[in-house]
Amino acid sequence: MAAIEILGLSKTYHVGFWRKRQTCALQPLNLTIEDGEIFGFLGPNGAGKTTTLKLLMGLVFPTAGSARILGMEVDDPRMKARIGFLPEQPYFYDYLTALELLEYYADLSGVDARDRKRKVDEVLSKVGLASAASTQLRKFSKGMLQRVGIAQAIIHDPQILFFDEPMSGLDPIGRREVRDLMEELKQQGKTIFFSTHILSDAESLCDRVAIIHRGELRGVGAVADLTSSVEGKTEVVWAGESVPASLKNLASECHSTGGTTRAIVPEGTLDTAIDILRRERLHIISVAPVRTSLEEYFVRSTKPSEAAAGVRA
Amino acid sequence: MNSRITSIASNTFREAIRDRVLYNLIAFAVLMCGSAILVGQVSVGIERLVVINLGLTAVSLFGTVIAIFIGIGLVSKEIDKRTLYTVLSRPVQRWQFIVGKFFGLVGTLVVNTFFMAIGVFAALLWVSKHFQAADGWLFVAVYFIVLQFLIITALALLFSSFSSPLLSAVFAFSLFIIGCFADDLRGFAGGAQGIVHWLATSVFYLVPNFSSLNVISSVAHGQPVASAIVLANTMYALVYSAMALCGAVLIFERRNLK
Repeated sequence: MAAIEILGLSKTYHVGFWRKRQTCALQPLNLTIEDGEIFGFLGPNGAGKTTTLKLLMGLVFPTAGSARILGMEVDDPRMKARIGFLPEQPYFYDYLTALELLEYYADLSGVDARDRKRKVDEVLSKVGLASAASTQLRKFSKGMLQRVGIAQAIIHDPQILFFDEPMSGLDPIGRREVRDLMEELKQQGKTIFFSTHILSDAESLCDRVAIIHRGELRGVGAVADLTSSVEGKTEVVWAGESVPASLKNLASECHSTGGTTRAIVPEGTLDTAIDILRRERLHIISVAPVRTSLEEYFVRSTKPSEAAAGVRA
Repeated sequence: MNSRITSIASNTFREAIRDRVLYNLIAFAVLMCGSAILVGQVSVGIERLVVINLGLTAVSLFGTVIAIFIGIGLVSKEIDKRTLYTVLSRPVQRWQFIVGKFFGLVGTLVVNTFFMAIGVFAALLWVSKHFQAADGWLFVAVYFIVLQFLIITALALLFSSFSSPLLSAVFAFSLFIIGCFADDLRGFAGGAQGIVHWLATSVFYLVPNFSSLNVISSVAHGQPVASAIVLANTMYALVYSAMALCGAVLIFERRNLK
């Protein structure tokens, strides 16, 4: 059984007071997420990622279509006891301490009162907040709030996790920690569905990704499949920063940094390029075909002008 | 009560307490001490009347202001701050959230009223040196004030479930003021003819009847309150607030949390 099945789910909002206009936030979406995979939902800002997550959480109602999580409808309380959700830029009751907040959420999730204290302590340690357990959330930094957000999503040991932009606003160390935690959760057999517009995170974490733009699904598949197409170009790297003049004419790109030089040459001219480097007695470090990166695939799937505004690689 | 409703109610109560809502008790204490001392010096023979009237009216007004200002933000604040998302993505149904919020605020108001009532009794003891048997009716007046809070809280939640905090405050205050003059409205309807009579009668039945819940003046004069009135007012407040809560739930169940 698939962990998440989305069947023709769509959402149209009616905006305006007197003259109502229709705004399509999500065009009919069909997706299946298998049990135990990390699935990345990619798209520029305003693409429909958060709308999809809200539809799956039952926070907004679909205009058409349906979704099933763990084989149950999205408003089924039994299903909700088995999922965890981290909203984008989470904000919590700032008059509570981290400990009180997690106890509250554990209670709402139906965690047995006898296990609650132990589970809260465990989760606080897992997200690195054990020492801040008794601090009120109003004193927390953005990164600490993100960790609390993750803690509340996993406090009841859910089977499926939905994260909306989990790395948003985190520094590189925080992002790394969240990535590690997601990998750990995957190893525990959890299914993770997360939205992001940070492509490097998706590339390093996801088994499969889907790309959405203007509410429309533009592509879905394994990261390796989407990025495996060879572009007919080869990357040659050699030691030193000198570039033979004849090679400059062959290469479409040529950059020297940190004592090495990298050139992109058309596949048909590879032998010539290597001959030139040998003739100049330059030490070749690597020769590899250029493959499409997830970023390039993403940019191709969306309109260039809009994608450029929303993408941070 | 459902454990999730209890949990949401206790969290709402905790939020109100930590938001320093009970600080209004300090203002109330100053008001009661000041009026008790002043009344003792300037009035002869009517000290008790003045202290009871002033004290219970203040209890009613302080509580009403708290009920409206916290009540209108109970839902909208949770949506604005997106705290609701992490609650409703759990096995918590929307009606449980509304009912939990309602009981949390009512609990806060009951605690607040309890302390204010102690203040009124203390001021009464200060001016009259001893209690009288008729002072027991003050408990009924305080009980009716709590019933009034039930209705106002439910109405504030109802408005909060579909409109902005500002509009909700305007609606709730307007209904409170109209409700305080409900008996006058009925009198007006009795003397009117045709469509005006029909309209005034409809409005009288629609708005909360706070006139009948106000027995402050009669208990200040030591007059008893008939048990039939206590029963009727209790039923009225329970039914009215239940209907307002049902309305809030019906609207909230269909609302897209954008």
